[in-house]
Amino acid sequence: MVAVSENTVATEGASLRVKDVTKVFAARDSTAERMLALDAMSFAVAPGELVSIIGPSGCGKSTLLRLIGGLDFPTSGELYVGTEAITGPSSERGLVFQDPCLFPWLTVRRNIQAGLVALGVLREKRSEVNYFLRLVGLEGFADVYPHHLSGGMAQRVALARALITHPKILLLDEPLGALDAFTRMRMQDEVLDLWQARLTTTLLVTHDIDEAIYMSRRILIMTPRPGRVERSIEVDLPRPRDRSSAEFLDLRSEILKLFTSPVS
Amino acid sequence: MLFAGNKVNEVAPLKESAQPSNVVEPPTGAQKKHEPPAEKRRWQIFFTVPLATATALALHWLASRQEPPGETHLYTYLLSGLLVVSIVAVALQSLWSSDWMRGACPLIAAAVLFLAGWEMATSGFRWLPMPYFPGPAAVLQSLVTDRDILFDSTCHSLLLLLCGYALGVAVGLFSGVCIGWSRQVRYWGMPLLKIVGPIPATAWIPLAMVLSPSAMVSAMALIALAVWFPVTMLTASGVSNTRAAYLDVARTLGAGRAFLIFRVAIPAALPSIFIGLFMGLGASFLTLVVAETVGVKSGLGWYVSWAQGWAEYRKVYAALLIMAAFFSTIMTALFKVRDRVLVWQKGVIKW
Repeated sequence: MVAVSENTVATEGASLRVKDVTKVFAARDSTAERMLALDAMSFAVAPGELVSIIGPSGCGKSTLLRLIGGLDFPTSGELYVGTEAITGPSSERGLVFQDPCLFPWLTVRRNIQAGLVALGVLREKRSEVNYFLRLVGLEGFADVYPHHLSGGMAQRVALARALITHPKILLLDEPLGALDAFTRMRMQDEVLDLWQARLTTTLLVTHDIDEAIYMSRRILIMTPRPGRVERSIEVDLPRPRDRSSAEFLDLRSEILKLFTSPVS
Repeated sequence: MLFAGNKVNEVAPLKESAQPSNVVEPPTGAQKKHEPPAEKRRWQIFFTVPLATATALALHWLASRQEPPGETHLYTYLLSGLLVVSIVAVALQSLWSSDWMRGACPLIAAAVLFLAGWEMATSGFRWLPMPYFPGPAAVLQSLVTDRDILFDSTCHSLLLLLCGYALGVAVGLFSGVCIGWSRQVRYWGMPLLKIVGPIPATAWIPLAMVLSPSAMVSAMALIALAVWFPVTMLTASGVSNTRAAYLDVARTLGAGRAFLIFRVAIPAALPSIFIGLFMGLGASFLTLVVAETVGVKSGLGWYVSWAQGWAEYRKVYAALLIMAAFFSTIMTALFKVRDRVLVWQKGVIKW
């Protein structure tokens, strides 16, 4: 369970603990039923671990990420980063959505440094901006506006923007979901590189079983309505992982079976 | 200009498609100018201006034979000057010519022909009743003889317009951001805005005359009021329609309220704000002229009603010409500001 064993780099990440979290969405009108999005969900993520959450649409994955991000609040239950309870959004928890959501009125450089501006530390940490531009390979695009970027490039900017405040936890909500298959595979390696360089605790929500197996140390399988963690599967394959190895494919069909056969 | 611009744009996509990787290249800023294809460069187009000018001159000579020469010599000079310049342009076009000139030629020629037609209808055949419809020569004459007072009026109008517009924009932006951002302010402010806003600013003139110490101040307040409504409305809607995802992202980056308002909501609302600024500018022109006509004792609006009082309609037309140039210059200036501020939108939407 200790992620650090995989790598000798000291982790910047903190542990994440989700304890009996229930989220009920109020009914729109009196006739509609209240929607139980998450039902007493519990799990923990070790510092520096990369954990994927997979599950069908509408199983509350995004709701969970919003709760951890502090953008929404649980109906009951608690969430902790390290020993601190989550009470609202913070630069300690970086969030990247499927839509990169770059600020279209800012250049790539200004998008990346937005977090430093928000925290009022741009002057001291300006050199970080260049470091992150290099890290995501976009030095030549520093002064370009986002609509000139391809999907993969935009997502890399979004990653750099989320990482520049050195978050303890990185929350990725299907960040590669909108990319084509080839860009997606390349980006998976890039995200892994970013993760291995800093060992930020990372929670990756995805639809894609291959992506989950390829990237994560552990996979949480969620079931919908009400959303809860059905199973936790360790992925003990050596990195870099081979997408066509027998172990990979075995794991893949095992997970696939969980979704195709009715859950008892 | 526009004429040539359209043609250039038609050609551009074909050339671009030759390079499939246009997304990955960093844009170089200024777009390359594509040469229009050879068959489109018609040299005949340069002859339209001298031909039209010569026609206008001939008609003018025929029409003005019974007029005193002093009344019309400026118009003759103008047309002759244009004729000389256009002939020189035709002679030089093989050496040097620009897309701008090629595009402008048909428009200039049409304008000259319009002047000729106007002259025929007025001082030529006298189809139109005389004091109300002077010919172009008379209007030009008034434009020159009254240049001092026209210049003075334009300055007064400009001052009044800029003060009123600036005041209206400042107040409008402030109230718009408040209404758009805060639910409480929206609850109380929106009904007020919806009831008071649609009243045309000019309808307040009777009240403004009673309330304010000077006509200048009340006119400024009226212009500000006319500008305030659209600016507030569009700013509020722009701010409140900021994509929730932008705000969420900013929050997870550690943004406080000031960052959310000034660095997310307002930039996101800028396209909408500029629509408000344009609508406000139109409303301010209208209010300016009306206010000057009824209250203020200076400015172009005042000049028009003063000239009308003396039945000097040639002066009315002269002032209208100045107004057209004046207002369209200001409008163009605002377009330029928008092009600069919203440069990030280029390529996202069609301008």
